[in-house]
Amino acid sequence: MPDSQGRRIALGCEGSANKLGIGIIAHDASGAAHVLSNVRHTFVSPPGTGFLPKDTAHHHRSFFVRVAKQALRDAGVSPSALDCICFTRGPGMGGPLTSVAVGARTLSLLWGKPLVGVNHCVGHIEMGRAITGASNPVVLYVSGGNTQVIAYAEQRYRIFGETLDIAVGNCLDRFARTLEISNDPAPGYNIEQLAKQGGRVLLDLPYAVKGMDCSFSGILGRADELAAVMRSGGKGPDGEDFTPADLCFTLQETIFAMLVEITERAMAHVGSNQVLIVGGVGCNERLQDMMGKMAAERGGSVYATDERFCIDNGIMIAHAGLLAYETGFETALEESTCTQRFRTDEVFVKWRN
Amino acid sequence: MTVNPTTAGASEPQFPLPSILTNPASAPPLLIAQGAEGRLYKTTYLVPELACAVKYRPPKPYRHPLLDARLTKARLSSEAKVLDRCARDGVPVPALYAIDAAAGWMALEWIEGAPVRQGINEWLGARPETDTTPDEQVDQTPLVDLMRRIGTVMGALHRTGVVHGDLTTSNMMLRPWKDGHTGGGNGTVLDGDVVLIDFGLATQSQSDEDRAVDLYVLERAFASTHPRAEAHFEYVLEAYGKTFKKAPSVLVKLADVRMRGRKRSMLG
Repeated sequence: MPDSQGRRIALGCEGSANKLGIGIIAHDASGAAHVLSNVRHTFVSPPGTGFLPKDTAHHHRSFFVRVAKQALRDAGVSPSALDCICFTRGPGMGGPLTSVAVGARTLSLLWGKPLVGVNHCVGHIEMGRAITGASNPVVLYVSGGNTQVIAYAEQRYRIFGETLDIAVGNCLDRFARTLEISNDPAPGYNIEQLAKQGGRVLLDLPYAVKGMDCSFSGILGRADELAAVMRSGGKGPDGEDFTPADLCFTLQETIFAMLVEITERAMAHVGSNQVLIVGGVGCNERLQDMMGKMAAERGGSVYATDERFCIDNGIMIAHAGLLAYETGFETALEESTCTQRFRTDEVFVKWRN
Repeated sequence: MTVNPTTAGASEPQFPLPSILTNPASAPPLLIAQGAEGRLYKTTYLVPELACAVKYRPPKPYRHPLLDARLTKARLSSEAKVLDRCARDGVPVPALYAIDAAAGWMALEWIEGAPVRQGINEWLGARPETDTTPDEQVDQTPLVDLMRRIGTVMGALHRTGVVHGDLTTSNMMLRPWKDGHTGGGNGTVLDGDVVLIDFGLATQSQSDEDRAVDLYVLERAFASTHPRAEAHFEYVLEAYGKTFKKAPSVLVKLADVRMRGRKRSMLG
């Protein structure tokens, strides 16, 4: 029920990958979203390694109570003020998803609040729209697990293009492992900083765009090969020396050009000139800059958010969950399962017209 | 390359045009279509009587200049190679007049007539939706004829080892028959030779899978563009099946592709 000020309040729990996030959001009587708290704790693995499901799940279980308490304190609300508990149903890694779902169920039973299962991708899109004010953009969703070009039509977020193999963020993360770059705060962030020192040479990597889809595994394979050549003191194809910075620069220039190209194709197809970038890779300023140049040429603009909302967080789950809850959607306890596979276009978007 | 029709000449180019489009000896370029990565102009080639289409891929400011130059060059040359292969084997495509891949343009034969999409829509539109005569009582021979001609052309394309990659009824033209054309002329909006255009996404492939996907893309595009004529698509496949030896196995593969659709189970 709305409170005395006509507000509805939701708590959201996210843990589909290595970030555990819990956030509290309020929707006022006009429907505007207000972030009351947004707490996140990240599982960081040592350089040269990735985060394994088992360790990540353990991290989420260990920190769930601390992060939830912090979120309530920051927001200054009591559990009784909440309307619902939202959690990520998927897609994501099974272990971490389950850990957080168990946490959400516990809160739901403890406080007697209904559960709302949320699609992680829809969470990103709705949060991006709410923060930037982009009304009906083409969405580029780029993260460690997902790469999709999405546009809204008739009650669903439709996927126009996507990766045919690994996600763009996975390509960056794994290349960071090859170079043994730090995973703190995020491998992609450190690649971005290193790439800023490159730019003298652009090495030759495959470029794999197929219509509105793209592929990254072959590019990663070639980048790894070049890294091995570099370490053994070898030269580039034109006899030039190259450094890890040059490799990072080349990798970014190539894969971001692919992403901008498929986004532009989708924009031409649906006749839109707004583009919204969401997901962890969306924080990358070079990607934002390239997208901005493309959008400007089409007479439009790019909308992007900063790391608070781009990187996985609980507040986006709370926001998307509350939107669904307001249309009467709830997830019964016995149906509050998680799934590693959950396509963006499976969600019926009742709250938009 | 996907091109969407725009009002001709509606927008002024924001970039310098290549010299072929500013040559005073040819007709001033008229912007026909503007897609995500290319523009199509109508002008003349060599002599004022010879109309031509110039396809221009302007540089992309967001892309690294070296990468941009490499991609533009590779894509234009591959498109030219595909067109050349089709022309050599008698597949109806525009003739290639000239190309400067480094500068990002190619000049092609101007195909007279209208897109197949327009022809079909005019044909369907001639009978209002309120007309309740059952379809089977309306003479659909010209439409069936056209569907068969499309199937035959697609078969010819695939037989040469080319898949189009972006088949829609907008990427096929109906070139009006010349006087003296014999056979098949019904005197309707559906008359004409089917000519395939826009090979920006074409690749050379002989696999059943790629060919079946090519057919599937057309089938989907046809169903969404002409829902009222969807039932007639079977004639495309029927004619296609008779065009070359491996065509029947492509049609078998098409059934698999249909089942699969575009759906990819998403790994978190």
